[in-house]
Order: sequence, then C-alpha cells, then structure tokens
Amino acid sequence: MSRRLISPLLVLAVLSGLAMVLSVGVGSVALSPGEVMAALLGDGSDLQRTLVVELRLPRTLSAFATGGLLAVAGALMQVLLRNPLADPYVLGLSGGAAVGAMLAMVAGLGGLLVSGSAFAGALLATLMVFGLAHGTGSWTPSRLLLTGVVVAAGWGAVITLMLAISPAQQLPGMLYWLMGDVSYARAPVPGMVLLLAVCLAVIPFGRSLNVLARGPMQAAALGISVRPLEWLIYVAASLLTATAVTMAGSIGFVGLVVPHMLRLVLGNDQRLILPACALAGGTLLVLADTLARVVIAPEQLPVGVITALLGVPTFLYLLYRSR
Amino acid sequence: MNPLQARQLVIDVPGRPAGYPLNFTIGRGQMWGVLGPNGAGKTTLLHTLAGLRLPRQGEIFLGEQPLTALKRRAVARQMGLVFQERQDGFPASVLETALIGRHPWLAPWQMETDLDRRLAEQALQQLDVAHLSDRLVSTLSGGERQRVSIATVLTQNPDTWLLDEPTNHLDLHHQVAVMQLLRAQAAAGRAVFMCLHDLNLAARWCDHVLLLYPNGDACWGPAERMLVPAALERLYGQKLLTVEADGKPVFVPVPTTGEL
Repeated sequence: MSRRLISPLLVLAVLSGLAMVLSVGVGSVALSPGEVMAALLGDGSDLQRTLVVELRLPRTLSAFATGGLLAVAGALMQVLLRNPLADPYVLGLSGGAAVGAMLAMVAGLGGLLVSGSAFAGALLATLMVFGLAHGTGSWTPSRLLLTGVVVAAGWGAVITLMLAISPAQQLPGMLYWLMGDVSYARAPVPGMVLLLAVCLAVIPFGRSLNVLARGPMQAAALGISVRPLEWLIYVAASLLTATAVTMAGSIGFVGLVVPHMLRLVLGNDQRLILPACALAGGTLLVLADTLARVVIAPEQLPVGVITALLGVPTFLYLLYRSR
Repeated sequence: MNPLQARQLVIDVPGRPAGYPLNFTIGRGQMWGVLGPNGAGKTTLLHTLAGLRLPRQGEIFLGEQPLTALKRRAVARQMGLVFQERQDGFPASVLETALIGRHPWLAPWQMETDLDRRLAEQALQQLDVAHLSDRLVSTLSGGERQRVSIATVLTQNPDTWLLDEPTNHLDLHHQVAVMQLLRAQAAAGRAVFMCLHDLNLAARWCDHVLLLYPNGDACWGPAERMLVPAALERLYGQKLLTVEADGKPVFVPVPTTGEL
C-alpha cells in the first residue's frame, strides 16, 4: 500500500475519532473530551460511565456504522451503474426495507422479526430493481437507475397506503422507519463488523472495480469476468444497505453525498474511495446525529431529516452540473 | 505467440439470416484490414473475436485452445482491443487511463509499481500524448482520446492487437504515426487486425484484407488479391477509379452520373 492511499485514510480516521468524541460528549449533560476519554477507559464517576458507555456510545457507534454502510453501498452501486447518481435510497432499496418493517409491525410482530423483515424487504427491492432492469438482457445503467426510481415511487405509495389504514397507535413506530433515526439503535456491533469485513474484502477487488468503472466491455477486454463481479457488487451493496436500514430506518442521501465529495477530492481509485467512504460516511452521520440532538434540544430530530437537507441540494447540484 | 484463429465462425448480426463462415488465422507479423460498408458487422466481428460477444456458430481459438476455455485474464494478456466508442462515467486522468492496461499483468492485491507507471508513460510518449498525462480524458479532443486508448493497449502489450477504426478522429500526421506504430508491432512478431473505413489505408498498410459484405458474405486473403476494383465496387456499391501513388493503388470514388 502506498502513501497515496494511507495518508488520506489516516486523516479521515482521526476526523471520525474526533467526531465520535464530540458526539458522545454533547447532550443533556455535557462532557469534556477528557471526561469522555476517562469514562471510556473506566475512570470517572458512575454516572459518567453509564452515560457514555451504555447510552451515548452505542448510539454514536450505530450512527457511524449506518453512515459507513450506506456510503460504501452507494459507492459500490455507482461503480456498478457507472452513474454517480445511484444510491440505495434513490434505487428504492431503503423503501423496500421500510415496507418490510412496516408489514411486520402491522402483523403484530416485534423486535428481531421487524429487523428480519426489513432485511428481506431490502433484498427483495434489490432483486426487483435488478431483475426488472435486466429484462431483455441488457443491463444498461440508465435503465437500471430509471427502474430503481420508479420502484422507489412504488414503495412510497405502498408506505402511504399502509400508514393510511394502520391503527393510530402503530403510527409512531412506523414513522421511525420512514424518517431514519438512530436513537433506538442499540446494537452497533454487527454493522461495524460488516463494515470492516467489506472494507477488507474489497481490497483484492479494488483495481477490478476501477476497470469496471470504465464500462463492462472495456473491463472484459482487460481481463475481468464482468458478470460475476457485477453480481458480487450487487450482493454486497444489498447486504450493506439492508444492514444499515435494519439498524436505523431509511436514511437518504448519505450514499450519494459522501462518495461524490470524496471523488472530488481524492479521485476515483476504489481502493481508496471505498474505505474512505466507510470513514467519511460514518463521520457524516455521527455529526448529523449530534446536530439532530442539539438543534431543538431537549427534543430530537430524526437524523434522516438532516441528511436529506444536505443531500437534496447536493443531488440537484450534481444533476445541474452533469450534461 | 498464440495466433488468433476463426474456425467456421458466423458472427451474430441481429436480423441477418446467415453468413458465410469465416476461417482465417491472424498470424505472426501480419497486418489485417477489415473492410465493409456501414452495418456490415465489422465491429461485431471484432468484438466476437475478442470474446466479448457470442458467435452464432463456430469457434475462436487462441493457439491450441478455444477462447471460451480460457480465463478472461489469460486472454487479456495475449489480446488487446481498441474500442471505437468509449464511455466515461467517472472522470479519469490520461495516465490513469493508460495505466489500466497493466491490469491483466498484476495480481489482484498488487498496487501499480513505478515500473508499471513507467510503461504507461512510455506508451503515452509513443502516441504523442505524454504532455497530457494529468489532464482528464473527458477534456481531450477526439483525436487525443483516440491516441490515449491506443496507448492503453500499448501498455497492455498484447501479442494480438484488435482495433476498431484506429484512425478515427486522427489528423493525417497521427494517422501515419499510428499506422507506423502498428506496423512496428507486426514487424516485432505481433499480429494486428483492424476495422477500417478508409479503403486506402488498408491498401497502404495492410498485407491481408477481409471484405465483409452486408448480406453476410465475406472473402479474405492477401491484400493484393483482395483489393481489386470489381470486388470493392460491389462491396461499397460505389464506382471507383484506381490510380497509383507511391507504388500502391489509391481508390477514388466516382460521383454517380447525374450528381455534381
């Protein structure tokens, strides 16, 4: 690994560390970075330790994992579709997951079954989008993107329908899936493990992804078995999205904004962009969640609102700039 | 080198009933030109030979082995393809673009070394685009992009070169430079197989010619046997005048009577 790859990643890693310390420190009881570190290392008062280790840290780590997963998923889909506008939210994967979760709630299921159902929904949405776009055999990126957008609109209609006919007492829980909120996310470990695993797994594929970004024919001419690689990306992106949505509901635009900003600064070498997306996406969501907690404290905003407010102008700018 | 060989090959052109099966070997040191009118299937033939498209019938061999039995990576080490159309979804610099030619030669986890970078830079130099190394490909002119994609295959360094209209967008000087580069490749024991829309380039530079007719007919052989006015007039549906320049035939289209 050359320095070209290492130094940006180090900078991003330091930034994410700082963001996490800030996020853990901010709240109804403010803690200084020193106090946060002390609590993490097992010192400090009982109250501080409970606050940091049991309440705030899981939420911060969940936000980090969710943001990282979504950003990497977005970056992978953009390579797959050779279109910088692709992202799990735009392609309707998040919508499918939300429908899965809401169906489980309407059926009176709870806890893990809701998560499992969201996971199934995300995978189903991916299969639908890719299956339908595949159609007569050509997997053209624009067709895939269009299919995704239309399918996403379909999920939106199903969601509205379910909201309209559901009993009132279930509405708050359902809205949580729609808005995207990490305040109930308490199990960051699976997401963090998956994020790390994917970042390590893409190392041997990084250069192949770079070549694939030049188009499938060029990639095949340069010695890549295109179809297996495309399937691999597709499965990995679905898995990442499904895990993220299961943790925190549907949070839009992280997968769009983060890879785009990083490509502007770092170029488009996937060996650098993918791990950088994991770090920067995590950092962005940790900061957005911190903001969501303090803007109208003691009330909390769903973090999805913040990312959408950032994401919509970015998406529009991208569209405006592209010919 | 393992020569590329078509055996009973019928390319799959949509809507065409059948075709005359192709049987030829692109041998060491040979320079082939494929001629035919628009829509005759020149690009399809090239993509089929590269293994990017399935033929309707027949097989392609690379040395003793059928192409389909080889790994893509092994194929890419022996055969390079310059595309006519290029899509660039993401911005990439000229040097990065040439450097991907090294892909089939590197192990999956390997980073490009200084040696790889040097090979790419040399290729860019040979194509006279080294001064554009840091520019984004999307900002180049058509001719410059064409030379960058030839430089990518030069970096790939294959035994068999397949090229789709390599002189597209090139000015006269660079047309000659590219043809000389390809001839040097052939002289060094490689093989070159290219689609050309300019009949006279084939007459000037190619030792073998394949004529591809729109109805699927084809004939091939040494250039001097193929480049006869009657066959070429039937190929293009165009009356031709033959003159000689520099010891080679030059074909000039004659305006149809009634036109200016």
